[in-house]
Amino acid sequence: MLRNSRTECLVALVLVAPFLAIYLLAFVYPTVQMFRISFTDAPLIGEGRWVGLDNYLRLDNDPMFRRAVWNTAYFVLMTVVPGTLIALLIALGVSRLKGRFQATVLALFFLPYILPVSVVYLIWDWTLNFQFGIAMHVLDWLEIPRVPVFKSRAWFLPAVAGVTIWWTAGFSILLFLAGLRSIPVEIYEAAALDNSTRWTTFRRITWPLLWPITSLVLTIQLILQLKIFDQVYLFSIGGRPNDNMVLVYYVFQKAFQQNQGGRAAAVAVTLFVLVVVVSVLQFQLLRLAERRRR
Amino acid sequence: MNAMAAQRWNFWGGMITALTLVWAILWAFPLYWGVISSLKPDDEVVRPYIELWPETPTLENYISAVTTTQIGTWYINSVAVAVGVTVITIFISMLCGYAISQLRFPGRIALWWLILASFMVPISALIINHFVLVANLGLLNSWAGIMLPQLIHPVIIIVYKQFFDQVPKDFREAAVMDNASEFGILFKIYVPMNWGVTTALSIVCFIWTWNAFLWPFLSVTRTEMMTITVGITQVNDAFGVYYARQLSAAVLAGLPVALAYLFFQRRVTEAITLSAGIKG
Repeated sequence: MLRNSRTECLVALVLVAPFLAIYLLAFVYPTVQMFRISFTDAPLIGEGRWVGLDNYLRLDNDPMFRRAVWNTAYFVLMTVVPGTLIALLIALGVSRLKGRFQATVLALFFLPYILPVSVVYLIWDWTLNFQFGIAMHVLDWLEIPRVPVFKSRAWFLPAVAGVTIWWTAGFSILLFLAGLRSIPVEIYEAAALDNSTRWTTFRRITWPLLWPITSLVLTIQLILQLKIFDQVYLFSIGGRPNDNMVLVYYVFQKAFQQNQGGRAAAVAVTLFVLVVVVSVLQFQLLRLAERRRR
Repeated sequence: MNAMAAQRWNFWGGMITALTLVWAILWAFPLYWGVISSLKPDDEVVRPYIELWPETPTLENYISAVTTTQIGTWYINSVAVAVGVTVITIFISMLCGYAISQLRFPGRIALWWLILASFMVPISALIINHFVLVANLGLLNSWAGIMLPQLIHPVIIIVYKQFFDQVPKDFREAAVMDNASEFGILFKIYVPMNWGVTTALSIVCFIWTWNAFLWPFLSVTRTEMMTITVGITQVNDAFGVYYARQLSAAVLAGLPVALAYLFFQRRVTEAITLSAGIKG
């Protein structure tokens, strides 16, 4: 068959053009600009003078930036691995169920994930409300003193981490269920014939065969949680956001509240590089671990 | 397996099932509690004990939310933005996915890698320059401004490419013999053969956009241009705290996506698994 390759190129160009135009305008151009203004003292809107690495060097002595880094790391620690384990446990429980019953139980676990963050915020702000929240009635009943969860420095990030796990677990559960479904039944039947216990079956069959999915879930969660902003912003309304500073919040504060575009961009670049490095690194590490296991 | 072992197996199996069920109910309880509280009159909401069902169910909080806030306008904004983003994203991704999957052109591999790589880039790091861009275009406080940065969904192209790759080559060759144009082939063969994926991707793209918070929050300052997800968190403070009314606004904001999920449960879960790079 004869194919006219010049026409083909032209058609391809037309087909790719709309995406490419939007991609260049809304993705590549802002990325380049972000790097560029991070070397200037520009305000949010407008040009600035070239200041070299000054914005980056300042970060080193910036206590608020340091706090943002620590809080983000703390948040990641409290969400990524615990969230993945909880999702795995739920998926193991759900995968044993059948038919409509399974669909219903899955829906109960999955529904939070489908909701907007502001709805999640309003629901939990109400549930954990210091005066009227139902969780506080439960605490009273257990004779534990009430805590103003989102107003206390010690409780803020752990509580937001808990809400985040509740909100995002549905996604990880789906991936684990897809992974569990792809393990052939015959392997389990063989294990049952060998009188293998539940725990041995899990450790020897389910866990290793599920590892590619587990690593995928971990990577997705890590990247997602490094970018935490929405929940921290919302639960800080009426509180003290500076105590709960995280990286994206710091970008937002510097750029939009203090009108320092250049310095905000330096923080944004740091986050950008961090996410890219972590995702490449973690992906490679997990692949390596997977290969060694075989 | 001997009889005793089988019995023990079943007993623990039953326990795990029961545990899963209880856990599921507790998990969804805050949602139930939010909905129930929104149906209680003001004095019942703040009673110092737990009532799992409203004594006198009422819609007054909903009426108050609709009449005292601009929730109707926010709804229109959200629908316009979510539909706009979905239609544009699906359309351009379809075209691009088809070109990468079926046509040979210089730069094809480079484009594919660019799309895969942009997966790792945190869009939220770009907020400053998105703001500058949209401000320079004069699009702050407009639907187009809310939509523009949200049109980047490389994953949809990736899924389309995978599905178009699987269409047997014979279809295409036969059509080329008949002198069909590439557009004809795409819209008469490839798209109709993949309606399922298109539906699934459209639903989740709608849900993602409806739920977006950070960008709509930054690009809109005028109350009447807010999307509902932003609006319900920004305005209530001005009226003092009415828990039940806030919750009824939350229920209204979550309802479209919750219904979209419950009606199209299989499609939604399929598309979400696909978007993570797993074939369902």
